[in-house]
Amino acid sequence: MEQNKVQFRHSIVVRFSGDSGDGMQLAGNIFSNVSAGVGDQISTFPDYPAEVRAPQGTLGGVSGFQVHIGHGVHTPGDECDVLVAMNPAALKQNARFLQRNGVAIIDIDTFRKQDLLKAEYTTDDPYTEIGLKAQVVEVPITSMVKAALDGRGMDPKSVLKCRNMFALGLVCWLFNMPVEQALTFLKHKFARKPEVYEANAIVVRGGYDYGHNIHATVSTYRIKTDDVRPGTYTDVNGNTATAWGLIMASEKSGLTLFLGSYPITPATDILHELAKRRDLGVKACQMEDEIGGICAAIGASFAGNLAVTSTSGPGLALKSEALGLAVMAELPLVLIDVQRGGPSTGLPTKTEQTDLQQALYGRSGECPLVVMAALSPTDCFHSAFEAARIAVEHMTPVILLTDAFIANGSSAWRIPDEDEYPAIHPNRVPDDVAANGSWHAYDRDERGVRYWAVPGTPGLQHRVGGLEKDYTTGALSNNPNNHEHMVRARQQKVDNVALDIPELEVKGNPDADTIIVGWGGTYGHIYTAVEQLNAAGHPIAMAQLRYINPLPRNTREVLSRYKRVIVAELNSGQLARYLRSLMPELPISQINKVQGQPFLVAELVDGIMATTNN
Amino acid sequence: MTSYQPKEYKSDQTVRWCPGCGDHAVLTVLHKAMAQIGVPPEQIAVISGIGCSSRLPYYMNTYGFHTIHGRGGAVATGVKTARPDLTVWQVAGDGDCLAIGGNHFIHEVRRNVDVNLLLLNNKIYGLTKGQYSPTSARGFVSKSSPYGTTEDPFVPAELTFGARGTFFARSIDVVLDVSQEVMAAAYNHKGCSVVEILQNCMIFNNGIHNRVSDRATRAERTIHLVHGQKMLFGKDNEFGLVQDGFGLKAVTIGEDGYTLDDVLVHDAHCQSNFLHQQLAMMDGDTLPLAIGVIRDVEAPTYETDVAAQVEDVKQKHGFHSLREMILAGDTWQVK
Repeated sequence: MEQNKVQFRHSIVVRFSGDSGDGMQLAGNIFSNVSAGVGDQISTFPDYPAEVRAPQGTLGGVSGFQVHIGHGVHTPGDECDVLVAMNPAALKQNARFLQRNGVAIIDIDTFRKQDLLKAEYTTDDPYTEIGLKAQVVEVPITSMVKAALDGRGMDPKSVLKCRNMFALGLVCWLFNMPVEQALTFLKHKFARKPEVYEANAIVVRGGYDYGHNIHATVSTYRIKTDDVRPGTYTDVNGNTATAWGLIMASEKSGLTLFLGSYPITPATDILHELAKRRDLGVKACQMEDEIGGICAAIGASFAGNLAVTSTSGPGLALKSEALGLAVMAELPLVLIDVQRGGPSTGLPTKTEQTDLQQALYGRSGECPLVVMAALSPTDCFHSAFEAARIAVEHMTPVILLTDAFIANGSSAWRIPDEDEYPAIHPNRVPDDVAANGSWHAYDRDERGVRYWAVPGTPGLQHRVGGLEKDYTTGALSNNPNNHEHMVRARQQKVDNVALDIPELEVKGNPDADTIIVGWGGTYGHIYTAVEQLNAAGHPIAMAQLRYINPLPRNTREVLSRYKRVIVAELNSGQLARYLRSLMPELPISQINKVQGQPFLVAELVDGIMATTNN
Repeated sequence: MTSYQPKEYKSDQTVRWCPGCGDHAVLTVLHKAMAQIGVPPEQIAVISGIGCSSRLPYYMNTYGFHTIHGRGGAVATGVKTARPDLTVWQVAGDGDCLAIGGNHFIHEVRRNVDVNLLLLNNKIYGLTKGQYSPTSARGFVSKSSPYGTTEDPFVPAELTFGARGTFFARSIDVVLDVSQEVMAAAYNHKGCSVVEILQNCMIFNNGIHNRVSDRATRAERTIHLVHGQKMLFGKDNEFGLVQDGFGLKAVTIGEDGYTLDDVLVHDAHCQSNFLHQQLAMMDGDTLPLAIGVIRDVEAPTYETDVAAQVEDVKQKHGFHSLREMILAGDTWQVK
């Protein structure tokens, strides 16, 4: 397992940049004031042009204002996480302050040919020309400001002066800042000019609502990898790594990768990436709804493809009946659930671990399937590969839980060599069985796994479906004893996956009295907290679950070694409840947070200390 | 080419529909149609949702998948897109296809996935014992509408055309030759072929199609449309359809000045669906119910274009492997 650490990202740096007349300092000031109002520490740094009034849109006229907010803030920050650039000149002058894979928000309306010339660009591709390595968010700020203020009888110049407020509103959305407080500051500033206040207020709200409407997100967390093995590296976020892990599984199994999906925040980027990967032979299909997405995938699986569907919590709810079908038909299927704040529409852009119980139990009947959770942005690659391997080799649906935090968070990732991943073996009907014509659709191998007979194969025509089947003949059956037999056979098959996954690994100080147990995307935070505690002389062990159903086969043995088992998760105690139900003897206590936000390392440290001191 | 017998498409399972159910006839004709078409059983996948008719895959010696209520269309889309080499049939009832599965149905038709869709329309929910369906007439009395329904039904053809369908045909369970003819035509059409078969439910809606299915009056109340042939009907082809303003009119040849020359010639291949819609909406009341292939036009099919695009993109800037693709991006070395 790699050594992922979430580094001091309890603060963020935003740099506002534009023409000196664009009011970037005002936007930055209000943003830092609002941040201070919610209890953040702040540090700001204005960066004025040398010339007082250089021509508009030229490099000499760019002014910037950098704001560092959060905890442990002592400087304005070296590099910024988010750069707001109101024109091409501002982007050119400030791109060097933006950290690799940061976010550049630009007013795309100001990137016309003549604007590029004024800022001394020599090509039509400004991003490449300046070597921008960022996620660029192109926002038509000017035209939306004009639209927002249309009909108020303002002169064009006054309208354009409000562009900074649109940027302010959008940044408030991105960082969860109360827009009302921004308005309070504006009201105070323009106390004598109510009409100016009103126009600015409309535009601030416009920017905020725009962010809300497009589900704009930026990852403010950077996960750094200590484990620097030699090799070729790239930057990858969790959603892209998930898509790539699935492609790797497709290559290693020799099966075409098929995705049936429907857009949903924060999972849509998986669909985007796989749609691009037609260049690697991927068939990604945007279906008419979530149910269509999973059903098309199930059809593709029946037809012999490596089938995947991607979604978030509400989509998982819609797919639950079809998941039951995949369990009943015993077909391989990978379902990726990028968890977000719930229930219902909830907090679509925020992170949570609240779908665990839905993944484990959210289906009709006794309906076991494999549940996994990815640990970090780069681990999404490994976990997605594993999910596909297990699905194909064990003929079962696998739910892989990721979350908004690791899906959008990015990290440096060593590109694996092709031989680092094993071949995946689809469970084909053995040739001798196929040849003598004795095969039945629900025959099982010694692991209790059904065989996968793919349409087009002569002599293996068969029927599967949601109705209960006879254990031996595979024909429809409503025999009571047969049903119970089949319920157990399906359960046993999933339980047996435990024999085919790695044992649970203990990190930190294994000899401690207390072990902290987490699952999925909280790995980096828990790891950092445990490292800090051990360094400070408080021994503590940790175990992070990637495989949740079934659990690694040594889980009970490992956890029973400790006097205290603290389960930390971003929900009210779903894993804790699950572990208690399986291992009631364990002395489990909990650390929980359900705010749509990741843990802070400090919270975990405090929580662990409080528990161990009791 | 190997030739096949109907029995080679028949599974060893006992058929469990009620005695006298129209589904029996459809199954028998499907076995015959498949033998006539001649695609080997292992190259065929039959997909269904839930309902009486959706049991049909169990009675086929092909690959078969009995899925969940309403979702047969989405599953069939996945099967065909994953494996364009397979021949895919879908079987659905009116509730399965047009109520719970309505969304999948219109999108399957819109995408023009090459699936042959048998829509068995008995205007009732049989498996759940007699509730009205989305094709039941306004005022229809059933267990769930004891005072009559207060809603208008879908006409499957109209919905198909609304979803820009490229193929629509109709038959009646008891009219075996036309059923076989339209099944073969559905197979020959590349794209989503909707075949509506008016089917009788003996138990919960017996006789619902009698007006058009009754042998005594069928010749006058139905018209068998064949591409390129005149639209004639009646025992001795004594009636014909003529244009009447923007609509159609049934006339007697030789009366009121109408001659054989006035009778319309059926053009199933006309891109415009205007006249197809007029023909499909005839209900056997003032105008005869149309059976046979009403519309059959060519258009790109979804799975072919997906596969072609994959090939095209691979050709133009394809990579041999994931690793090669990633290495072509922004990377750095750690030594």
